[in-house]
Amino acid sequence: MPRSSKFTAPLVFIVALIAIWQGLVTFSGIEAWLLPAPWQVAAALKDMLPLLMYHSQSTLLAAVTGLVAAVFLALAVAVLMDSSPWFKRGIYPLLVLSQTIPIISIAPLLLIWFGLGLLPKVIVVALVCFFPVAVSMVEGMEAADPDMVNLLRVMGASNWKIIKTVRFPAALPSFFSGLKIAGTYAVMGAVIGEWLGAGSGLGVFMTRASHSYQLDRVFAAIIVISSVSLLLFVLIILLARLAMPWYFKERSRSND
Amino acid sequence: MGIILEDVGKSYEVDGKRLVVLDGVSAEIGQGEFVSLIGPSGCGKSTLFNIICGLAEPDRGKVLFDGREGVGAGEVVSYMPQKDLLLPWRSLLDNVILAREVDGMNREKARREARELMSLFGLAGFENSYPAELSGGMRQRAALMRTVLARRPVLLLDEPFGALDAITRTRMQLWLLDIWAKFGQAIFFVTHDIDEALLLSSRVYVLTPRPARVALHLEIDLPRPRSAEIVTAPRFLELKKTIMEALF
Repeated sequence: MPRSSKFTAPLVFIVALIAIWQGLVTFSGIEAWLLPAPWQVAAALKDMLPLLMYHSQSTLLAAVTGLVAAVFLALAVAVLMDSSPWFKRGIYPLLVLSQTIPIISIAPLLLIWFGLGLLPKVIVVALVCFFPVAVSMVEGMEAADPDMVNLLRVMGASNWKIIKTVRFPAALPSFFSGLKIAGTYAVMGAVIGEWLGAGSGLGVFMTRASHSYQLDRVFAAIIVISSVSLLLFVLIILLARLAMPWYFKERSRSND
Repeated sequence: MGIILEDVGKSYEVDGKRLVVLDGVSAEIGQGEFVSLIGPSGCGKSTLFNIICGLAEPDRGKVLFDGREGVGAGEVVSYMPQKDLLLPWRSLLDNVILAREVDGMNREKARREARELMSLFGLAGFENSYPAELSGGMRQRAALMRTVLARRPVLLLDEPFGALDAITRTRMQLWLLDIWAKFGQAIFFVTHDIDEALLLSSRVYVLTPRPARVALHLEIDLPRPRSAEIVTAPRFLELKKTIMEALF
C-alpha cells in the first residue's frame, strides 16, 4: 500500500463531515447562535486565537501536572501492590471504586476545599488519570515472565532489584497504553475542573462563550481542546519511543 | 566445591491424587566435572533442576553444596533454562553481565570484563544489539555466556541446545567443551539426547520414567579432547547401547 493512503482516508472523512455540516447550515437556514457554520467557527478561532492560547496555558499546566502526579502515584501503588498481596487485596476495590465516582459530582467539593486556584484542577485530572495508569502498570508488572523473575531470584537479586530489572521494563508497553488513555482524559479533566470555577483556562472560556450564546467560540474552544489533547497524545507516543527502543525494534521486525 | 543429591523425593497433588515425580534420586557433581542427566521427557528432570536451584523444596532427601546444608543455591549454582530468558530491554552486553550486576559489581567494570570475552562466545560486534535482533544460536550463546560469567562453581544447563538444528547443535556442543575447559566450572547437563550426553560428559545418570529414580550411573571413559567423529567410535556405541538398555 502506498504511504500516502495512510492519510488520505481520514482526510476524506474529515472534509466530508465539514461539507455536510456546511450544507446543513446553509440549506436549513439555522441561526448561528444555535449552530454556527464551519467557516464561522474558523473565523472565531482566528479572532480568538491569542485569547485561546492564553487560556490553553492554564489548562495544559493543570492537565500535565495532574497527569504527572497520577503517574507517580500509580507507580508507587503498583510497586506496593506487587510487593504485598495483602495491600493488593485491600486497595484493588478502592481503585475500581475511584473510577466509578462521577468526577462532575466531586469537582465542586474540591473547589470548596481547595479554592479556585490550580490545585483542585490538578486533583480532578489526577483522579481521572490515576486509574488507567495504575491498572495498566499493575497488569504489566504481573505479566512479567515468571521464569525471568526466577532467574534473577536464583542469582540472589533483591525484590527491588527484580522490580527494577524485570517487572518495570516488562510493564512499559502496557504502562504506555494506559498513559495514552490517561493523556486524552487529562485535558478533559482539567476543562471540567475549570467549568466549575477558575480564573482562566479553556473551561472558563467555554462557559463564558456558551452563556452568551457565542457557539462559534464554543466550537473554536472545542477545536483547541482537541488539539491540546492530540499534542499530549503525540508527546506520550514520542516518550514511549524514547523509553523503549527495544520494543519498537521488535515490532518493526515482526512486521517485516 | 560440588553438589550432592541425597535421596531427593518430590510429589505433587494433582486433582486430589498424589503424583510422585522424584522417587529418591541420588547423584553427585564433583568440582569441575561434566555430568549429564538423561531421562525421557516428563520424567521430572525439570523438577530436579528446580530443586537444585532452590526454586522448589524437596519432600525428602537433601541437596548438599560443598558437603554442607543451608548454603544458598545461588551462591554455588548458575543456571540456564531451556528458554534463553534474555531480557528484551537490555542490550546483549548488559544481558550477559546481569549476574555480576546482581552481585554488586560496578557496571562499567562488568562490561569491560564481558567485552573482552565477547569473541570467545562468538558475539563480538553485537554488544549493543537487542536480543530480538539476534539469531537463535546467538541468543543461546548469549544465555550461556550470562551463565558462565556469573562465575559460580557449578553451571546447570537444561537442554540448552534443544531448540537448535542438528548442525548448529553439534558445533555448539564442541564449543561448549572448549568453554568448559577454559573456565573450569563444573557442568550439570540435562538432556534427552543420548549422543549429546556421551559426547560431552565424564559421567551420566540415566533416570527412569516417572516416578524418577536413577536407573543407571555410567562412567564415560572416552578419551578427551573429543571431536564430533567420536560418535562413530566402537566404545561410544557400546556405551550408547548400555544406556539404551537402561532406558527401553
